[in-house]
Amino acid sequence: MSVIIFAEAVEGSLKKSAFEATTYGRKVADLCGLTCKAVTLGTVENAGELGAYGAQEVYNIADNSLNQFDSQSYTSAIADAFNQLGGTILVLSHTAIGKSITGRLAVRLNAGSVSGASELPNVSDGFIVPKSVYSGKATAFYNITSDKKVISVMGNAIKPEKSGEAVAVQSLSVSVPAAKVKVIERKTVSGVVPLPEASLVVSAGRGMKDPSNWGIIEQLAAELGATTACSRPVSDSGWRPHHEHVGQTGIAIRPNLYIAIGISGAIQHLAGVNNSRVIVVINKDPEAPFFKAADYGIVGDLFEVVPRLIESVKRFKSSH
Amino acid sequence: MKVLVCISKTPDTTAKIAFQNDGKAFQADGVQFIMNPYDEWFALVRGLELTEAQGGTVTVINVGTADNDTIIRKALAIGAQDAVRINKEPESAWDVAHQLAAYIKSQSYDLILLGKETIDYNDSEVGAALAELLDLPFISYANKLDVSGTTATISREIEGGTEVMEASLPLVISCAQGLAQQRIPNMKGIMTSKTKPLAVIEPVATSSPSVIIRHELPPARKSVHLIAPEDTDELVRLLHEEAKVI
Ligand SMILES: Cc1cc2nc3c(=O)[nH]c(=O)nc-3n(C[C@H](O)[C@H](O)[C@H](O)COP(=O)(O)OP(=O)(O)OC[C@H]3O[C@@H](n4cnc5c(N)ncnc54)[C@H](O)[C@@H]3O)c2cc1C
Ligand SMILES: Nc1ncnc2c1ncn2[C@@H]1O[C@H](COP(=O)(O)O)[C@@H](O)[C@H]1O
Repeated sequence: MSVIIFAEAVEGSLKKSAFEATTYGRKVADLCGLTCKAVTLGTVENAGELGAYGAQEVYNIADNSLNQFDSQSYTSAIADAFNQLGGTILVLSHTAIGKSITGRLAVRLNAGSVSGASELPNVSDGFIVPKSVYSGKATAFYNITSDKKVISVMGNAIKPEKSGEAVAVQSLSVSVPAAKVKVIERKTVSGVVPLPEASLVVSAGRGMKDPSNWGIIEQLAAELGATTACSRPVSDSGWRPHHEHVGQTGIAIRPNLYIAIGISGAIQHLAGVNNSRVIVVINKDPEAPFFKAADYGIVGDLFEVVPRLIESVKRFKSSH
Repeated sequence: MKVLVCISKTPDTTAKIAFQNDGKAFQADGVQFIMNPYDEWFALVRGLELTEAQGGTVTVINVGTADNDTIIRKALAIGAQDAVRINKEPESAWDVAHQLAAYIKSQSYDLILLGKETIDYNDSEVGAALAELLDLPFISYANKLDVSGTTATISREIEGGTEVMEASLPLVISCAQGLAQQRIPNMKGIMTSKTKPLAVIEPVATSSPSVIIRHELPPARKSVHLIAPEDTDELVRLLHEEAKVI
């Protein structure tokens, strides 16, 4: 009996979320006294590295058609691998791909599921998985009662932990049905960590006054190695691209650090960022609601504070 | 083209989140409920736009009790032709998917649209499970959807970008921001919604393999630690030494 991890890759190399899922899966395996095996699909150059994060065996299904995502062919390949490898618990990431297949796999494997687990399960009495709900305003505890279980792990819910060495990748053969959905184009911004995966985020709102002022935001983000985000009115007015919009109607993120600059902290904005581990707010209005949700705050004019902060980060970096 | 839009009910985002009965049940007293925004603004409106341009009908479906008739009537006021309610307080996303599938199997829809997730439990699970039960392709987080004949072109959100894909109807699609613009029901819509058909059907028996047993509220956040605007060095020090995030 094993914990099977579906480790996601993009353009031939594992995603950060794959290491998170593997770390989570290995801990679940240890809790339940099971073996931990990881499965990768299509061309993956560095699959063996999953061994260092806890996978005792790593498999690859080297079918070229799997280099493009289709929920049916992925579900079929993962479910077959799960059954061949004696799976009892399936762990995957709560990513764009994970969200398209968690429900499918639960049905296919006749398994109870939790999508977006925020912590490890408690297995002392049942199999109880915590998950953050109501946009971070509560935690719900799911009891999975079926023998087979599917868990997708929320991004940044667990820190990838190196616990061993890379292992040799074994090939696994399953028959993959032809995809009914054809990917005709993929557009990704290269060179930056995508927002849903980012552990450091610098975000700005209408307090910036004009899109031409974004240089200081980009510079601060670059110094920190952070990804940029924005509030909804900013993307609605075309100041920033839509994929940067966080909140109830944009994307929900849970970075380790969220720096909010010139954002008032409306409830719909907080809905997307409440789960951040540490929140810093820079706003000239001491009454801005965001300060109530913040860990650290600076009341001041962003056009003075941000350039000063950039200098402080530079000084910090040169001395560490 | 026959379009089915799955709609759910969620507490308004501004609602106070509290639980009763040892954390087992949501404290619903005095809470305002709304149609899940992704269902209303994006799935429903895009379904209407497509059928308005190309002919066809939009049916809305909900798994829920009679309390949900308010949001169902709102969907009819926005423009759906008719509605179906499966009369059960759902136990889980699994339950919703099984109830919807049991009904849909007796029908023939070209397009089944859902929201990308509900804003309360954020499962993102019903669409994929439903598609598996119906053995149909599933495309999640669509931010563009066009249909020409029996071919749909969809663009969807992925980490740090978008992906454009093509598939033949019938399809199950979950809808995200960008797909359409919110529509406010007008007076005529509100008047006619009262007489549009709303069929209430009985649920099938299911047993959910994963259910919520309790909720907890997060520990209260400490109040904010304010730092003087001149002292950005101190902020960086705290982020490094105390918060340990840089
Ligand atoms: C149904 C619904 C869904 C929504 N979904 C979202 C969502 O997903 N995401 C989202 O972000 N919003 C969303 N909104 C909008 C939300 O309610 C707020 O209107 C929005 O978040 C405000 O954006 P903002 O903070 O950038 O702008 P504002 O509210 O205008 O705030 C600007 C802030 O900048 C500060 N400021 C101004 N100048 C300076 C300066 N020189 N230095 C420092 N600070 C300065 C001001 O004090 C103010 O606090 C939604 C609204 C609704 C009704
Ligand atoms: N009770 C319900 N009745 C009908 N559709 C639902 C119901 N619950 C969820 N859905 C649909 O499934 C989508 C995703 O929900 P979830 O998987 O729970 O996040 C929602 O946006 C709705 O379109």
